[in-house]
Amino acid sequence: MNLENPKKFAMLVEQAHQVAENVLRPISRKYDKAEHAKPVELDMLASLLDGMNEGSGESVGASSTGSGTTASGSGIKNGSNMSAALGIMEMCWGDVGLLLAMPRQGLGNAAIAAVANEEQLKRFKGKWAAMAITEPGTGSDSANIRTTAVKDGDHYVLNGEKIYVTSGQRADCVVVWATLDRSVGRAAIKSFVVEHGTPGMDVTRLEHKLGIKASDTAAITFTDCRVPAENLLGTPEIDVQKGFAGVMQTFDNTRPLVAAMAVGVAKASLDRTRELLKGHLSSNYAHLPQNASHIEATLDRLEAEWEAARLLTLKAAWMADNKQPNSKEASIAKAKAGRVANEVTLKCVELCGAVGYAETELLEKWARDSKILDIFEGTQQIQLLIVARRLLGKSSSELK
Amino acid sequence: MDIKTIGKVQGLGLAVLTRFASSDLPDRLNVRQAIEKLLYQGSKTGFKMVATVSRTFAPAPKADGAARLTQPKKDGVFDLSLTDEQQMVRDNLSRFAREMLRPAAHAADEAHQTPADILAQAEELGLMYYAVPEAFGGMATENNIVTQMLALEDLGYGDFSMAAALFASTSVANVLTRYGSAEQQAKYLPAFMQSPALQAALACTEPTALFNPQQLATTARQSGDQYVITGEKTLVIRGQHAELFVVSAMLDGKPSLFIVEGGAAGLSVAAEPAMGLKAAETARLKLDQVSVPAANRIDANYQEFLDLGALAFCAIAVGTAKAVLDYVVPYVNDRVAFGEPISHRQGVAFMVADIAIELDAMQMMTWRACALAEAGKPFHREAHLARILCSEKAMKIGTDSVQLLGGHGFTKEHPVERWYRDLRCLAVTHSSLSL
Repeated sequence: MNLENPKKFAMLVEQAHQVAENVLRPISRKYDKAEHAKPVELDMLASLLDGMNEGSGESVGASSTGSGTTASGSGIKNGSNMSAALGIMEMCWGDVGLLLAMPRQGLGNAAIAAVANEEQLKRFKGKWAAMAITEPGTGSDSANIRTTAVKDGDHYVLNGEKIYVTSGQRADCVVVWATLDRSVGRAAIKSFVVEHGTPGMDVTRLEHKLGIKASDTAAITFTDCRVPAENLLGTPEIDVQKGFAGVMQTFDNTRPLVAAMAVGVAKASLDRTRELLKGHLSSNYAHLPQNASHIEATLDRLEAEWEAARLLTLKAAWMADNKQPNSKEASIAKAKAGRVANEVTLKCVELCGAVGYAETELLEKWARDSKILDIFEGTQQIQLLIVARRLLGKSSSELK
Repeated sequence: MDIKTIGKVQGLGLAVLTRFASSDLPDRLNVRQAIEKLLYQGSKTGFKMVATVSRTFAPAPKADGAARLTQPKKDGVFDLSLTDEQQMVRDNLSRFAREMLRPAAHAADEAHQTPADILAQAEELGLMYYAVPEAFGGMATENNIVTQMLALEDLGYGDFSMAAALFASTSVANVLTRYGSAEQQAKYLPAFMQSPALQAALACTEPTALFNPQQLATTARQSGDQYVITGEKTLVIRGQHAELFVVSAMLDGKPSLFIVEGGAAGLSVAAEPAMGLKAAETARLKLDQVSVPAANRIDANYQEFLDLGALAFCAIAVGTAKAVLDYVVPYVNDRVAFGEPISHRQGVAFMVADIAIELDAMQMMTWRACALAEAGKPFHREAHLARILCSEKAMKIGTDSVQLLGGHGFTKEHPVERWYRDLRCLAVTHSSLSL
């Protein structure tokens, strides 16, 4: 039994931390202020990461999750799910928004990796793919989407409106969820890769947000948008058993990564707070809560919660690497990390007083960035429903 | 069992298992009957301090260096799986916890006592073997904190208080194995493997406001070749049965540990029942100028000792929290209100989900700290954070468990009120046990 970061990922973690500290942190405030300005510094970084990924066989992105790599003597693997989680924790210690704005690391890439056939994997390799699911009237109930895809010769014609598409403007293409037949329900929902520039695909709005401002969040309308039939990911068959599940399964692997983002930003707040309050804290956790000042007891409690979130995230990633079904644990990790990061980042502003509140420090920014992590990719409440249904043996029609 | 017989037993896990498997434990006396036969001590009003139990210890034979356990090798891989041996220990103890501890828990809580035959059966399970090195009749060779932690989880699943009671003597053995001098080990460790086994207890927590284990009220002063100790201790597990104590006291302004034999002049004990830990028979121990030989001072890493104490309780709490989850799930699925199971309500379902989330959190924190400790790495931060998290979440789980059962949860018809009372203790105990 060993819950320390794997030795073999020590270099990766260090490199990611260096990137966070030397590339992301210096430009954090710049892109928080200049929302929608493209972070050009990231292109160079992305090329660097591409090179690293080719060389090492392990990568720090959503497209690498789902398969384990090298094993230890006991057969236990520390693979790409864990390395992705660890890398993302460090990058988000740097800047969550900038990580989301990293070229070629989109949620759409994860979907492609999960559902695409061989030919599609080749064709879309190296392309940055965003994911478009949410609609103005459809959030958590994603099976209720209204965007339609109608077969016409060699194309599907897409009609509908998507909102909250992360990297919806900057990515090369967008994976769009659309239904082939609303009357059939979720089994008819498919995803289509739509490249920017396709006629009928229009970015109508970029959101102004509370946080992660460095990441572009787009509204995209599809008006009689003709998409080649071979861009339908996977199979066009309406399989009542499998269809929807395929893409939903992607989320089992991406949920721990969102949890990792939360763990990263919370650590940033904890680290900076400890620095700012240095003279007022004992060293090496010398005091039990009942013998400590309020500030010290509070910080220790926040750190304990953070540590728990971190370990639960690594647990979910470890299970994925070792081919253990981890849907429940993935939701547990995201639920815990999402709420902990929000509490930690907000509380740290409070503990640092006016210094924490001003824009001189990044603490207030991290408190704004953290909120979305408990919302997107399945809200706190959805995660709790997933966990609860699993524990109680209830279907979504029984436990709503 | 005499030391010679023990010495012949071959491998650690296999031997213990063989013993258990071939005994007729599962077919023995109905546990309820056994409890009814026991003397009912009832709850004492006020403190009637009486003399502690004493045992004669043979003079220490010549010893070389103290026996220490070696560090197990770890290969730098993040790994949550259990070894085969750990799984076997887990399988045995969870069976014992389910079949023996849980059915006896309610009565033991009422009687403020762990039944003698449960203590005896637990002895047969052989947890003590993990605490005592081979040289003294045990089987411990490597540091096995993780295995003992898992054992406590499993016992805690059966019953929190009895798990604590069953681990009191083992705790003292752990302390002597880890920190005892060669003389101390030679004198006291064999007694843990004798029949009847030595009953021992740690005495550290003090009945003072804002108790700080770094600034004890109990003092020890040197007097010739003796230390004279004065003070009061609380939450001493099975203190009235203990024949040997390890007591913490301030010596020259620093906390230190001392071996105090039962029956020493000036030493007295009385039952001190608490909100929970009833079957653990918590006691107040009073030291009124108790003299111990200078050789009885233990040269311990005090902070590490405190941390291993915290982790012992964290481990039991993880097991009990799992018991809570396994109990409330079927309850809320069966309980119908407004025409359907209450588990269909988000308010109820989310509470259940949160129990599972925080239980997992508690477990990961405890596992990490224990794995580090076993590997001989620094683990104070991890133990400190685990204690904080587990204290809070264990109590949340305890209070939510009563809430989920509504009025029924408030009565003794169900175990949740007992778990509520037991789980509160994490925040207030300091080294009443030790991994």
